[in-house]
Amino acid sequence: MTTNQWIQLIVCLGVLVALAIPLGLYIAKVFNGTSFWGEKWLGWLERFFYRLGGINPQEEMDWKTYALAMVLFSFIGGILLYLQMRLQAFLPLNPDHQLAVPRAVSFNTMVSFVTNTNFQFYSGETTLSYLSQMALTVQNFISPAVGIAILMALIRGFVRKESKHLGNFWVDVIRSLVYILLPLSVIFSGILIWQGCPQTFRGSQKVQLVSPLIYNQPVTVQGRNTTQPMTIIHQSIALGPVASQEAIKMLGTNGGGYFNTNSAHPFENPTPLTDLLELLAILIIPVALCFTFGSLVNDMRQGWTVFAAMFILLVPMIYCCIHFEQVGNPLLNRIVTGSTKQNPEGNMVGKEVRFGVTDSSLWASFTTASSNGSVNAMLDSFTPMGGLVPMWLMMLGEVSFGGIGSGLYGMIVFIILTVFIAGLMVGRTPEYLGKKIQAFEMKMTSIVILIPPLLVLMTTAISVICGGQGVLNPGAHGFSEILYAFTSMTNNNGSAFAGLSGTTLYNLMGGIAMWMGRFGIAIPVLAMAGSLVQKKNIPESTGTLPTHTPLFVFILVAIVIIVGALAFIPALALGPIVEQLKMIAMTMH
Amino acid sequence: MMKQFRIQLKISIILAVISIIVFGLIYPGIMTLVGQLIFPYQANGSIIRLHGKKIGSALIGQSFTQPDYFWSRPSATTPFPYNASNSSGSNLGPINPDLIRHVQLRVEVLKKANPNQKGPIPMDLVTSSASGLDPDISPAAAQYQAARIAHVRHLSISAVQQLIQKYTQGRWLGIFGEPRVNVLELNLALNQLSNTKNFKK
Amino acid sequence: MEQGKPRKLFDQQIARKAMVESFRKLTPAHMVRNPVMFTVYIGSLLTTGLGLHALLSHGPTSAGFIFAIALWLWFTVIFSNFAEAMAEGRGKAQADTLRKNRQEVKAHQLERPEKNAKMREILSGDLRKGDWVLVETDELIPADGEAVVGVAMVDESAITGESAPVVRESGGDRSAVTGGTRVISDWLIVRISSNPGESFLDHMISMVEGAKRQKTPNEIALNILLAALTIVFLIVCATLLPFSIYSVTMAGAGHPIAITVLVALFVCLAPTTIGGLLSAIGIAGMDRMIQANVVAMSGRAVEAAGDVDMLLLDKTGTITLGNRQASEFIPAEGVKIQELAEAAQLSSLSDETPEGRSIVVLAKEKYDLRGHEIHELEATFVPFTAQTRMSGVDIGSRKIRKGATDAIESYIQSQGGNFPKDVQQGVEAVARMGGTPLVVADGLRVLGIIHLKDIVKGGIQERFAELRRMGIKTVMITGDNPLTAAAIAAEAGVDDFLAQATPETKLQLIRESQKGGRLVAMAGDGTNDAPALAQADVAVAMNTGTQAAKEAGNMVDLDSNPTKLIEVVKIGKQLLMTRGALTTFSIANDISKYFAIIPAAFAPVYPELSVFNIMHLATPQSAILSAVIFNALIIVFLVPLALKGVQYRPASASKLLWNNFLIYGVGGLIVPFIGIKLIDMILVALRLA
Repeated sequence: MTTNQWIQLIVCLGVLVALAIPLGLYIAKVFNGTSFWGEKWLGWLERFFYRLGGINPQEEMDWKTYALAMVLFSFIGGILLYLQMRLQAFLPLNPDHQLAVPRAVSFNTMVSFVTNTNFQFYSGETTLSYLSQMALTVQNFISPAVGIAILMALIRGFVRKESKHLGNFWVDVIRSLVYILLPLSVIFSGILIWQGCPQTFRGSQKVQLVSPLIYNQPVTVQGRNTTQPMTIIHQSIALGPVASQEAIKMLGTNGGGYFNTNSAHPFENPTPLTDLLELLAILIIPVALCFTFGSLVNDMRQGWTVFAAMFILLVPMIYCCIHFEQVGNPLLNRIVTGSTKQNPEGNMVGKEVRFGVTDSSLWASFTTASSNGSVNAMLDSFTPMGGLVPMWLMMLGEVSFGGIGSGLYGMIVFIILTVFIAGLMVGRTPEYLGKKIQAFEMKMTSIVILIPPLLVLMTTAISVICGGQGVLNPGAHGFSEILYAFTSMTNNNGSAFAGLSGTTLYNLMGGIAMWMGRFGIAIPVLAMAGSLVQKKNIPESTGTLPTHTPLFVFILVAIVIIVGALAFIPALALGPIVEQLKMIAMTMH
Repeated sequence: MMKQFRIQLKISIILAVISIIVFGLIYPGIMTLVGQLIFPYQANGSIIRLHGKKIGSALIGQSFTQPDYFWSRPSATTPFPYNASNSSGSNLGPINPDLIRHVQLRVEVLKKANPNQKGPIPMDLVTSSASGLDPDISPAAAQYQAARIAHVRHLSISAVQQLIQKYTQGRWLGIFGEPRVNVLELNLALNQLSNTKNFKK
Repeated sequence: MEQGKPRKLFDQQIARKAMVESFRKLTPAHMVRNPVMFTVYIGSLLTTGLGLHALLSHGPTSAGFIFAIALWLWFTVIFSNFAEAMAEGRGKAQADTLRKNRQEVKAHQLERPEKNAKMREILSGDLRKGDWVLVETDELIPADGEAVVGVAMVDESAITGESAPVVRESGGDRSAVTGGTRVISDWLIVRISSNPGESFLDHMISMVEGAKRQKTPNEIALNILLAALTIVFLIVCATLLPFSIYSVTMAGAGHPIAITVLVALFVCLAPTTIGGLLSAIGIAGMDRMIQANVVAMSGRAVEAAGDVDMLLLDKTGTITLGNRQASEFIPAEGVKIQELAEAAQLSSLSDETPEGRSIVVLAKEKYDLRGHEIHELEATFVPFTAQTRMSGVDIGSRKIRKGATDAIESYIQSQGGNFPKDVQQGVEAVARMGGTPLVVADGLRVLGIIHLKDIVKGGIQERFAELRRMGIKTVMITGDNPLTAAAIAAEAGVDDFLAQATPETKLQLIRESQKGGRLVAMAGDGTNDAPALAQADVAVAMNTGTQAAKEAGNMVDLDSNPTKLIEVVKIGKQLLMTRGALTTFSIANDISKYFAIIPAAFAPVYPELSVFNIMHLATPQSAILSAVIFNALIIVFLVPLALKGVQYRPASASKLLWNNFLIYGVGGLIVPFIGIKLIDMILVALRLA
């Protein structure tokens, strides 16, 4: 890595943490049950939701009611979204006259946005009307708010004792929306407009090209494929309410782009400054929630522990990605410079000049470490090892910061697993934050660690048994495309090796994987919270396993890697690893 | 549980509808209003006008393949390059034979167009961008073409190089992003330079 | 039960029986109880079938290789069965010894609980709860019960291993008798308290045999986790087949991964080490309890012992020696210390209580007063009675009395004497220091005070410090007043004390501590302890205690030694630690196995992956075989650890974590690399590769 790359990395991470700590403490204020200063400004909006929804904010819910409300809310939101996409042709705000979105794609997209995944088997600018895009924006707000709510319920499971109640789902969701997501989005979309993201309801703009373009259009003449020269003198520039969607897309670990090429598109991410801000926006709330957690359990050390473990899982991966992308593709290096050694620009295939290798690699790591899934470079064209990094980060189970709420509750499940194994090693029934970890907790933990490998490997296996349709690249890379897609969908990330095209099979199976990947984990987590909240709090003693030491962090990281990701090693060996080895072998002759 | 189901279902439906109104309509609506009032140029796509005619967006690249213009990066949009209503990368994998062939072909074309250049070819000039709409090329890629432009346009190399220098944007704060040259702006400036020169003549 | 030397780890006879047993356990009905090993079992069957198939048709994988894998998979299963059989065998051996005591004996059943009531002979197996039996000298007590009439010496060595006979008498706290023990003097009438098959001995036998062994809560939790990991690896391996077929299609060369290899990979990755040893660890934990002469009524209790974070200990007998000893004479004003010492000695000459004896000894040692011979003195001794609460001696006209302060005070005052103020003050001072004051009077003259002191047991302070390091709070229970209690508590180094304890306050203390999330352990023997024992999480009843106490507790200490609580906690912790250590070891093992098997498994499709053969294993086949062999042998190597339990030294949790993580985590990472390489080298040397 060059000096500039180190500086970019360090400054970016430094600013991220510096901003995340105060935000985390602010979020803790929103949820610690007492009134705070924000209510003076936005309390009216909160009360507006309560009044219209007929919600009694004082009412407490047990875990079953909480889970029921969560599933129903997501389900209803999904149905409305599905109808919008199917009926968009008859609805307003469709200046470019988009037709109804096909059934399978609508289903996949609906699940994708409801589950905070935002995997996209479609190209935004050619498929969706402005109203459909705005309907997606709604889920971009709701799905992270639901994530925060689940996390809060789990935290209450630890904090409260001998109770049945985990809080009120509606209050948690509405407070997340009103006090966290909405204000941040308003500020952020303002900055994005200033930097050049469009925000308009007008249709696409037709401009006259400076230099007319002649290209050979493939045509079929009398059954023969041939080409025919065409002259293009106009460029039609797709526009829309981009900035407002972009802001929440980045902040809410959503990642579903307005345009097909997501944050690589100059309208979504016009400058290095927007790139930096969007990078920070990807991780800021997930990082902040670590400190929220520490604050709410009244032990900041626990928050720092979680942060440290997540950070350790992430940083070496960033280094790895930047390194391999900078070294670049030896096959191309040889053509361009005559030497297989690195060229100054690195692997520029599928990357934008204003971001270069560094910002693209940083983004690829951030977006998959969190469950954001947006891209500012085409991951499909990364070097094999560079492309392994995002895949690996997702395979960890989206716990190195992960999705909003979901990353932290996923990590807490891993902590419970670690506490269980490490706790046994010190000769006590394991406990975490004063709560005993027993058979029921282990049952739920087992479900949570079982679901991702189960879904990823099964769906990938079904795909290859069905012949691996829709693959763009040959050889091991084609396998990587399928593996990546289902890893991304199951773990609710949403990024893609975009060469893969969405067949009906992928759309349907992916939709199921995303739904299970979200609720198959969220519901056991809530059930666990429901069990923890009933337990007594055990006072800490020297016999208690300390969960804030460097050793604990180390064991936690090891468990996440061994239990979370090692299951994918054989599959990775058949994809990116063998491709990298092949690439090296090809440069030999 | 049935009673709870009905209660929560009712709240779900009401909240889903309110959310659509608040986050789907009011939020983007207000932001559009703000954007149109405060940053109308950016909010409408940073459209560049020449003599009142829209000739492109400052943020969206255009295809330049004529020898008298700085060439932009290859684009993988369909059906033709730099199709700004269908952004797309090539998505070719690193050892895909198509990728190798494409790059080889572009290198040959570049070498033929710039016969005097002996140095290594900047990577960005032979690889397609992520969006297919990359408005920029690297300063090295511009320099690579300077001699050709000067030759075709009958300009001095130093004048062309100066122009490149002028349109090179550095890293933000000297740290973030990569140095770059906006091809559309550079070519427009180039036209202007040639025009003034012709006018003087 | 055998005593003295602990049973050797690999008793030849037990090992031989266990070997036979490990084959007998190969039935599906038995195997299915352990989900991890059941999958290995299925894998063994599958590969055996594949081997047979390969013999008939010539596939790409040689039948010899498949059979070699199948053989070692069978070994994996058998080794795991062997571990379980060893643990059970040790228990069975103990049970057999116990069973010898359970021979049917003839009992004399009485109509009424009177010695001369009508009597008939009956077999012990026909006795029912509530029957009365007469047991005379040299007869075995036919069943568990309670002495209702009589006093006798009973030899309980068959149960406790303690050779000294104990007194059993009707009424009070020493009335419980155990079936199978022998009356060696006098006689007892016993009311039978259990039906056949429900006796203490029966319970003990079934516990040590593990016949009624139920999985403990923590074991269940671990089993769930292991099952989940097994499913994960099952899917990993099952999906590798379509993946490799697809890869072959894409690469256009090679052939897909063989099913034998997939099974081998699965068995290596699945947590077979801990899965194979899990039940052995549990049984061995119970066994260790019994070695310590503690019978746990359930495995749950053993496990809970590891979690204890508060110990309630009776002062007398646990923290202090059972008896107080005289430590000082404090004369009243105007009385010479010699005079006091002599009077005290005289008054105690015939006092055979330990306190009395200690007064004589103190006077002799400190003031060189030779013990008088009783008959020389022509003295009349006045024994202690509940009415006077004094004892003493009359020598001629001298009436020397000693007793509790208030007793002497009222004695003096009743005779018109005066109780001196300075003695009153001295009494208070002694009490403040944790001592018991005895006042000595000669006639109407109060001579002074004898300071009786509780003697804290040697080494007890260190043990409490140890417990503190383990994070366990110790609470001393005493009937003393708070002043005395505080002084002794400070001297013994306990964390807290409960003074003037009554059964009610004890119960309340336990309830409150439990409400605060603590797990409480206590020992007790009396009937009045029963409520507290029933409430405590770990309750060790003394074997000498009453039936009520034994029924309320969840463990019985055959040695009736209350300090055993500490041992019990240790064994509980050891049990959990052994499980944790082997789980960690098992999971850490997986990394090396990936390195051994992945390059080998994919060699036919992607030979490039051989760069990951960092152990330089000779051939793909030897690599896979070595990993499978290592995986099987490690179970055998770890059997002693499973049976003995990991070493436990009292330390803080973070220190323990460090140690065990280094040994079993890092060790588990490194050991298989070395082991697999060694096995590979041996296979090559034997030309098996």
